[in-house]
Amino acid sequence: MSDARQRIDELVKSNAIVLFMKGTALFPQCGFSSRAVAILDHLGVPFETVDVLQDQEIRQGIKDYSDWPTVPQLYVRGEFVGGSDIMMEMFESGELQQLVGAPAV
Amino acid sequence: MPMAAKDIEELIRAALPDAAVEIRDLAGDGDHYAARVVSAAFAGVPRVRQHQMVYRALGGRMGGELHALQLETAAPQESES
Repeated sequence: MSDARQRIDELVKSNAIVLFMKGTALFPQCGFSSRAVAILDHLGVPFETVDVLQDQEIRQGIKDYSDWPTVPQLYVRGEFVGGSDIMMEMFESGELQQLVGAPAV
Repeated sequence: MPMAAKDIEELIRAALPDAAVEIRDLAGDGDHYAARVVSAAFAGVPRVRQHQMVYRALGGRMGGELHALQLETAAPQESES
């Protein structure tokens, strides 16, 4: 396991909900990352974010880790869920709320 | 570097010959697209895998040459939803 892969593995496994994104939750640097944060904020569950722009190794490594070419990427309990399109689809269908155990609104 | 909608469609069709592909240029800049892909190959396949199949068809251009592709995938019988 490469160093980047190991670091990503630790981040994914030690946080119940973690979003790899461009920028921070407060200052997203890309429309897709911003949309992903907005969805998670709306769910009202605590989540961690990792800013890939601050770490070239993770920026590339995360794409190899999930075999997914873009950021943002959401992981829940160690499992790769998808990017912002899938998050939006799952949010609209209620699957995402169920997956993260969001309180009923 | 922008990519033509036609090229995106051809790459997807090459990998998924039965696919119905609809592409919209979101910003008119040849760089931000939305695609809807309906293929029998997606039947029973989790959504993440369906998107991976499309990304694989694009052969590494996604996230590079092609900056933004909003993706929606479905198998034919789900395509009405």
